[in-house]
Amino acid sequence: MTGVVASAPGLGRRVATGRRRRALRRRGIAAALAALVLVLFAVSLMVGDTFYTPSEVLRTVLGQTVPGASFTVGELRLPRASMGALAGLAFGAAGVAFQTMLRNPLAAPDVIGISSGASAAAVVSIVLLGFDEAATSLVAIVAALLTAALIYLLAYRDGVAGTRLILIGIGVSAMLESVVSYVLLHAATWDLQTAMRWLTGSLNGATWDQLLPLALAVLVLGLVLLSREHDLGLLQLGDESAAGLGVRVERTRIVVIVAAVLLIAFATSAAGPIAFVAFLSGPIAARLVGGGGGLMMPSALVGAALVLGADLIGQFAFGNRYPVGVVTGVLGAPYLVYLLVRTNRAGGSL
Amino acid sequence: MTTAVGRRSGADAASARRPVPVRVTWLVVAVLALALVAAASVAFGVRAVTWSDVVAGVTGSSDTLAEAAVLKRVPRTVLAMLVGVALGLAGAVMQGVTRNPLADPGILGVTTGASLAVVTGFAFFGLAAPTTVIWVAIAGAAASAVLVYAIGSLGRGGATPLKLALAGAATSAAFSSLISAVLLPRVDALTDFRFWQIGGVGGAAFPRIAQVLPFLVVGAAICVLTARGLNSLALGDDVAAGLGEHVTRTRVLAALGAILLCGAATAVAGPIGFVGLAVPHLCRLLVGVDHRWLLPFSAVVGAVLLTAADVLGRLVARPAEVDVGIVTAILGAPIFIWIVRRQKVRAL
Repeated sequence: MTGVVASAPGLGRRVATGRRRRALRRRGIAAALAALVLVLFAVSLMVGDTFYTPSEVLRTVLGQTVPGASFTVGELRLPRASMGALAGLAFGAAGVAFQTMLRNPLAAPDVIGISSGASAAAVVSIVLLGFDEAATSLVAIVAALLTAALIYLLAYRDGVAGTRLILIGIGVSAMLESVVSYVLLHAATWDLQTAMRWLTGSLNGATWDQLLPLALAVLVLGLVLLSREHDLGLLQLGDESAAGLGVRVERTRIVVIVAAVLLIAFATSAAGPIAFVAFLSGPIAARLVGGGGGLMMPSALVGAALVLGADLIGQFAFGNRYPVGVVTGVLGAPYLVYLLVRTNRAGGSL
Repeated sequence: MTTAVGRRSGADAASARRPVPVRVTWLVVAVLALALVAAASVAFGVRAVTWSDVVAGVTGSSDTLAEAAVLKRVPRTVLAMLVGVALGLAGAVMQGVTRNPLADPGILGVTTGASLAVVTGFAFFGLAAPTTVIWVAIAGAAASAVLVYAIGSLGRGGATPLKLALAGAATSAAFSSLISAVLLPRVDALTDFRFWQIGGVGGAAFPRIAQVLPFLVVGAAICVLTARGLNSLALGDDVAAGLGEHVTRTRVLAALGAILLCGAATAVAGPIGFVGLAVPHLCRLLVGVDHRWLLPFSAVVGAVLLTAADVLGRLVARPAEVDVGIVTAILGAPIFIWIVRRQKVRAL
């Protein structure tokens, strides 16, 4: 195709210039997003009941002892902000992986019930079985994989239709969410704050112990997803075209599904199912960056910025402190409605 | 997708036109089943009681603990049956009005809307009078029904089942977040919180039932009166108009009846999902697609299912109770999935 276009005089050069300009723009926006995440991260460390200056925060982060700040920043705010950033990265990357693969912005893991699978398993494991954090993560991971497999199998009938998958996901997640509600509302020792973590997602009570597995998961699985991004883009052309271009279709699909589900499971078992982040990050990143290239990195950064920003809003914008999931839920749902309206207007494939 | 559904239900109509004796038989069976679950609902519960206790309790005696327990189960049973009637009927009417097999007050976000309206009223406007609560719930149900239908019917193809279900899921998610945001700082509202997130009939009392009863009666009457109109609507708007049906008027009237029913049911029992979805499908299998039979039958079967779900919720987790909203979600979601699997949808 490029040959046909380039045969017109001068066109080839213009296409090349345009491509270069777009690539430059994408890199610029990705850098701006990374800077935004850093700023939000820094603000999360500085702001709170006591304000600490950037230099105090920096010294604490570098390991020096600063009176007051060492505990508040080092033990409370740093784990909280790190968990927010990591969970956001995980949700953002996993969300866009699903959306790209299923070619539908609505096919995000939190809409199709995978997050609620991890959430339900985590609640049962903590409240009913009394497992510790490591075991809970494991249970959540297994449950998320099983939920994904179940939804896929239920949606399978002469191939998996996107619409059927989404509707079945809605049904499965309704069921799993009622399990979460039941367990939480009937556990007498369970307080509402902790319950909210599993109902909508919250960064309250983040500790260093929870962070290590999440950080490792984000690093390893994030790299796996990034390495498959190119093939994933080719899959959008359809299975046969992708195979013709040298993509191992089934293997790519399985690797991407497993990596994305694992990311969701790790993030959910640490921070709860933070509402709508996985769903929102991809479309927002696509709007910022524009089409025609990989969205994995921008979407992960948008996810981190969303979680950190929403947590700041939830903590300090109102008289009461709200968990981050309530904020992303309230912000995210209108966007979902807007997306539906826009897709419907455009006569999109719903 | 809509046309496929319409065509299918048309074909069903031919094959599923049940003779009157069959329908009457099924109706008698349903009423008997209702009597049976009502008896079970009074007899079984967290506290095991003897039959003599049941008889004494139902006749008003509360001398022993067992008899008092039975006495408390009577309004609960009545409420479960009323809410079941309301939701079964509302579901059947909604599926008829939207010509959508996935329509359900819970899935379309109508009950969550009612819930949010009531919670907002409690928190910010000092809402207390029970009759006002019912009006507010109905207003919330109506507003969210209009919103979801508007979002779902934009664009090409009108209100397809998928678009409506997604619009409903999105709206419900938004409303649930808002409900959490309103209730979270109010720890004193903890018991209410439970009630408005997951429906249940545990707190039933006769005075409250009496307040909500007129709304249910009016709503049910409107719904049953539109049965003939819904039959015409099932043929498609154009054919219905050709048959002399006032399409818009019928649709608005039927929707109004369904909203009255859901709003009032939510005001007294909280949001309960999937009853309105599952019941009409079951009933269509038994008595066919004629709404004049389907609506009353859905009402009776709705009462049977909700009461049975409540009894089940009391028995499975003794000594704790599982709220009926949770039982219906766990039993109803597989039915939802089954219906989705039967639909023809575009391949990926």
